[in-house]
Amino acid sequence: MQLIACPWCGPREEVEFTYGGQAHVPYPDDPAALSDEQWAHYVFFRDNTKGRFAERWNHSAGCRRWFNAVRDTTSYRFQRVYRVDDPKPVTP
Amino acid sequence: MSTPFRTAEGGRIDRATTLQFTFDGRSLTGHPGDTLASALLASGQHQVATSIRLGRPRGISAAWAEDPGGLVQVEEPFPEPMLLASTVELFDGLVAHGLPGQGRLADVPDSARYDAVHHHVDVLVVGAGPAGLVAALGAARAGARVALVDEQSEAGGSLLSGTDRVDGVPALDWVADAVAELARHPEVLHLQRTTAFGVYDDGFVLALERRTDHLGAAAPRRVSRQRVWRIRARSIVVATGAHERPVVFADNDRPGIMLARAARTFLHRYGVLPGREAVVFTTNDSAYDAALDLARAGVQVQAVVDARPAGSPQRRAECERAGIRVLSGSVVTGTEGVERITSALVAPFTDGEVGAASVIPCDVLLVSGGWNPAVHLFSQARGRLRYDEVLGAFVPGEELDGLAVAGSAAGVLDLAGCLADGQRVVRAALSALAIVPAADDRLPSAPEPVVPAAPLVLWRVPDTSEAHARTQFVDLQRDATVADIARAVGAGLRSIEHVKRYTTIGTAHDQGKTSGVLTSGITAELLGIPVQDTGTTTFRPPYTPVAFAALAGRDRGRLFDPERVTALHDWHVAAGAVFEDVGQWKRPRYYPQPGEDMETAVLRECAAARTGVGIIDGSTLGKIDVQGPDAAVLLDRLYTNMMSSLKVGAVRYGVMCGVDGMVIDDGTVLRLAEDRFLVLTTTGGAAKVLDWMEEWVQTEWPDLRVHCTSVTEQWATFPVVGPRSRDVVGTLFPDVDVSTEAFPFMTWRDTALDGVPVRLARISFSGELAFEVHVSPWYAVAVWQRLLEAGRPYGITPYGTETMHVLRAEKGYPIIGQDTDGTVTPHDLGMAWAVSKKKPDFIGKRSFARPANQDPRRKQLVGLLPVDRHTLLPEGSQIVEFVADGELPPPPVPMLGHVTSSYRSAELARPFALALVKGGRERVGDTVHVPVNGTLVPVEVTGSVLVDPEGARRDG
Amino acid sequence: MAELLRTHPLEAWAAALAELPDEVRITPEPFVAMVDVRVPAAASEGLAVRGTPLPTAPNTWTPTADGRMVWLGPDEWLLTSTGTVPHLLEEELRDQLRPVGGTAVDVSAQRIGLRISGTRAREVLAKGCSIDLHPRAFPAGRSAQTTLGQAGVVLLSLGEEGFAVLVRSSFAGYLASWLLDAGLEYVPLG
Repeated sequence: MQLIACPWCGPREEVEFTYGGQAHVPYPDDPAALSDEQWAHYVFFRDNTKGRFAERWNHSAGCRRWFNAVRDTTSYRFQRVYRVDDPKPVTP
Repeated sequence: MSTPFRTAEGGRIDRATTLQFTFDGRSLTGHPGDTLASALLASGQHQVATSIRLGRPRGISAAWAEDPGGLVQVEEPFPEPMLLASTVELFDGLVAHGLPGQGRLADVPDSARYDAVHHHVDVLVVGAGPAGLVAALGAARAGARVALVDEQSEAGGSLLSGTDRVDGVPALDWVADAVAELARHPEVLHLQRTTAFGVYDDGFVLALERRTDHLGAAAPRRVSRQRVWRIRARSIVVATGAHERPVVFADNDRPGIMLARAARTFLHRYGVLPGREAVVFTTNDSAYDAALDLARAGVQVQAVVDARPAGSPQRRAECERAGIRVLSGSVVTGTEGVERITSALVAPFTDGEVGAASVIPCDVLLVSGGWNPAVHLFSQARGRLRYDEVLGAFVPGEELDGLAVAGSAAGVLDLAGCLADGQRVVRAALSALAIVPAADDRLPSAPEPVVPAAPLVLWRVPDTSEAHARTQFVDLQRDATVADIARAVGAGLRSIEHVKRYTTIGTAHDQGKTSGVLTSGITAELLGIPVQDTGTTTFRPPYTPVAFAALAGRDRGRLFDPERVTALHDWHVAAGAVFEDVGQWKRPRYYPQPGEDMETAVLRECAAARTGVGIIDGSTLGKIDVQGPDAAVLLDRLYTNMMSSLKVGAVRYGVMCGVDGMVIDDGTVLRLAEDRFLVLTTTGGAAKVLDWMEEWVQTEWPDLRVHCTSVTEQWATFPVVGPRSRDVVGTLFPDVDVSTEAFPFMTWRDTALDGVPVRLARISFSGELAFEVHVSPWYAVAVWQRLLEAGRPYGITPYGTETMHVLRAEKGYPIIGQDTDGTVTPHDLGMAWAVSKKKPDFIGKRSFARPANQDPRRKQLVGLLPVDRHTLLPEGSQIVEFVADGELPPPPVPMLGHVTSSYRSAELARPFALALVKGGRERVGDTVHVPVNGTLVPVEVTGSVLVDPEGARRDG
Repeated sequence: MAELLRTHPLEAWAAALAELPDEVRITPEPFVAMVDVRVPAAASEGLAVRGTPLPTAPNTWTPTADGRMVWLGPDEWLLTSTGTVPHLLEEELRDQLRPVGGTAVDVSAQRIGLRISGTRAREVLAKGCSIDLHPRAFPAGRSAQTTLGQAGVVLLSLGEEGFAVLVRSSFAGYLASWLLDAGLEYVPLG
């Protein structure tokens, strides 16, 4: 049972959280201006990174806040968590 | 009953109390402090069972969980299979029998209780042997929060098996003092009979405490029998000791052959002699202690057979003083006997060559091939292991953060070394936690260890005879031999994981505690590679078997899954409702009257709602308060239709889609104020929709000044439904003008009942004239009863979810998640009218323009009427093209769609269904076939609205 | 007509809860007005609501003149009051908070409160709560939203007086059953 550090509540058991997929995939400014392919990329396509991956988490059983995290997808270790309005950390 | 092998004195048993037990039908006795194994040995019985594949007699070969042999089935007080005689503590009335590898689960429910407790500590120490006790004392004295868990019935670890002295007193006196001191520290949790069976992420350890197993039928019923401790430790000290390793030789499986340390344990801890005439076969110095102790206790030690060319000069001298013959440079090559060993075959062993064997009579053969540190927990924590050439064993090969190994688990095999290692390791752990050791934390003293003669690493006695290899047992429980490993290697297997799976070695209850390293060694030998390259198989939790009941804990029966109930639940129960699970909610499905089955009850309830008045508890509907200056902006972005144009006091139906354009929920929206809406969702969608709103607000549109709050349980909701609903609501709320003109369809009004706020809304999920009554659940029972009173003159009829479904289906109202499945757009549902063309964007809009969503062959919601006016189509039935001859063509048969909802209709006087059908709206009027139980049922495709398509009743 | 009677979700459990020994006292808290208060984080620092500053430290709660103010999130609090009628409390707070971009929603019936006290209180909670409830880690004034058994709860440390547990009303029966089961081992036979 891994601990995940909610930026507000601190470390809690992973079952208190839900996963929200890749972070920093903003809703397009003007979907109507996108080609079908561009739109499909927004709707259906996400990176499947091996290693450090910026992703969204929600402390669903706690304060219900969304936050972002950088996690190593090979070890599951969280390297840092940050609030949704923080910029994406530089990852290699 | 006689216990001829019980010593006259000594041991940790209570000789003043005698316990009766039954094994394999024999009545036997033992004492408190015994295990089933020690009590059997006291009576002279070594054999416990026969082996699973070969039917060979098998006995007790170790004194604790590493025993691959002594499997038993407990029958009384409660059936439990696959336990080890060596770990079952004896109690009065125990009934058990030996098991040939497979047991029997009880066929009655387990009446015992099980539970779990979370516990948080600075330092968790696993193992209360010398290293663990020193570590726990060091942490406790420093003021840390400490847990010390140990799997035995009492603390002491290896000290329970010997005659050591610590601090100048008998070691167990020192143990008692240590335990007493730990008990005085308020922040120490000390648990015996508790096995740490798994190490997980972030210092999380699961430990199983056997709280009442040892009490048998006398166990208190209110106390959990077993408890899973969920321990979160900032630092873990693993002091789990070492398992003695056997040496493999031909016929090494006979009852009477056991590990040398086990014999000392049975002698010193349980006051039991394992036999009368012993041969000790060893590759190292430690087994000499067993020989000397047994000799002192009166056992005739026939010989110590030491595989090392020079043996141990020092231990040889001790043996000679005790009159024990030592045969160095010798090995045991085989044994004789049937149900019990009767002699050992001993041969010279020079430069790897085995000479001619001679026979030495014995009734017990003790074996020691060295020691395997119990690295299981370290390895579970993904610690890398290193092969130690001297020990012939795998030891921790790296430092881990937050987990350290101490004592013989780290390969330290002498007492003084273990004590010192315990202190060293816990101090490092405390230092990492910035906890200062106490000034009075003193290291206990033990005699200076005598440097032992170097051990010999010997996995198996060389034997080129294939016949012999077939009785050289590596895993006794699996009947797996050196010949099996040779066959695996011969088949080309190189990975130890593959060898394990090919031979099944290490897959039994003991998980290879004695056989695992042997397999690595023998495999390496056969492959001609270093043992380090072979490695070990992966150590996985649990360390010892854990009952599913213990893992389930309290989450059984009614507590298995929470039951959510509305404020009216007790009323529903009293009214005889039959309940249905809707998510975690318990909802009344129908209210049968005497003699009614579901079908008749539902037809009656439907008729009441269509012709008189019905009432349903709709409190489970999701409700979300959306508030703030930008509330309308948010709803416009999330709903397919326009919500900002809704007037205060009005209600609008809305559909919500995902970005892919597929419907995720629907419901009604009440505008309470310019800056406030009440969103009603489906019962199942309540949490999902709130989360959906929060996700968009928090992650995409934090600039919106809006807040969403769940009020699902803030409002009890009672739809009053049917042509007479106006009379009922008008009677109870005389202040409200309930006329259509004053209170039209899709509007709401606030009122009060005896000062309690009540909201009324003209919303209909049935197609009938209907009023939803919203009130605080505090007053739900009272208001419900007032409604029933007011409705009595009109025959008001409570109805359940089944009737609700029939009524809505007759109107073609889809249930999201039943009539939809995540691939259905609003257009597919015939709800293009609910999709705004004015709004520049909303979630899902762009996807509607994708070619796949424009395809006229998409499945669309339609009605189905079985032509025979009789058949109720099973939900989920497939729909195929009409076949003239009534026979299905050969597969594959093209599928047109499937039935999503199907009911009998009182109103239509026939069964009907809703279905998703390819290009369905174009096919209205067609007849298609639905295969039902092998028969093709012709059905007519219709529009989805079958009752009152004009909506006159609803609007009335 | 007679006055409308209120029904507590745990009425049916009252007798069983009363059977628990002093080591584990579990008592339903009386009905109380509760309002979910939202204030943008930027406006919340130092903001007093009904005379008490909003607790802005995560996972804390503050007593008020007639209730509690519980941190639920960086822009969300739960305010309780024994002295005000629910819908009036909502109105009052809505009026006060609207100018600073805040909102208020009456959630009085959303949750019910339970008081858990006695020498075994922490032990009983630890049977179903994964967070550290030791007084060093969870002293008086701390709160947590987490799960107890399988129910979501707001847990408040009352220090010497034990704990308060707020649970969704629909889960109250489940949680009461769970607590009774967890407390059973302390009930003397007889």
